Amino acid sequence: MSESAGAKRMSIIVTKGTLDWAYPPFILSTTAAAMGLDVTLFFTFYGLPLLLKDLDLKMSPLGNPAMKMPMMGGHMGMPNIMSMIPGVDAGATAMMKNMMKKKGVASIPELRSLAVESGVRMIACQMTMDLFEYRKEDMIEGIEIGGAATYIEVATQSQINLFI
Amino acid sequence: MADQTLDAKGLNCPLPILRAKKALSTLPPGGTLEVLATDPGAVKDFEAFARTTGHELLESTTEGNVFRFVLKHKA
Repeated sequence: MSESAGAKRMSIIVTKGTLDWAYPPFILSTTAAAMGLDVTLFFTFYGLPLLLKDLDLKMSPLGNPAMKMPMMGGHMGMPNIMSMIPGVDAGATAMMKNMMKKKGVASIPELRSLAVESGVRMIACQMTMDLFEYRKEDMIEGIEIGGAATYIEVATQSQINLFI
Repeated sequence: MADQTLDAKGLNCPLPILRAKKALSTLPPGGTLEVLATDPGAVKDFEAFARTTGHELLESTTEGNVFRFVLKHKA
């Protein structure tokens, strides 16, 4: 950890690994690091795949009535049944990625490298690694593996603790 | 005239801040960085960035749809 004396600290528990939900932890951690905070991310359950070397992020409009895409001057949601059709989720993912590129939004691989570069400490949950059979070799370099107590220690020393 | 200029036009949150921080770290204390951005959110964000980090926000102006900031690396 790039521990700087007297710096404020932030921790985030990262529990979601879809394309859309990958944004908040990486945006907040890179920004906080840029603002001089020591940041720790604790990846657990479905957040864990965000540490994989090969990122393959997807998203689904299923069960998400708030997901409305800008279309023909308005906004359009998608009925749940559409997600059952093969290719619809892949299409929604591609559409989101295109939209992000067009609007100058950073990609997740880019934000993740910026996080690594700026010394954000990343801890993979040991229990989730065992549960879903991930190996440390599958993950990017420089991460640590730890458990709940490791996180709690960080949290007690942090001014900001978020759960995403 | 600032010591260095960063063109962050077309980039969205949080990239203007991240790029500015990177550019600032290459400047000596007292050095100035001009940032050009088109993200309207950058106006409030650079104010907050300056307050939190201690780098001074010398200027914050708008020219057309371009926001211009001048930051001074804290001494």
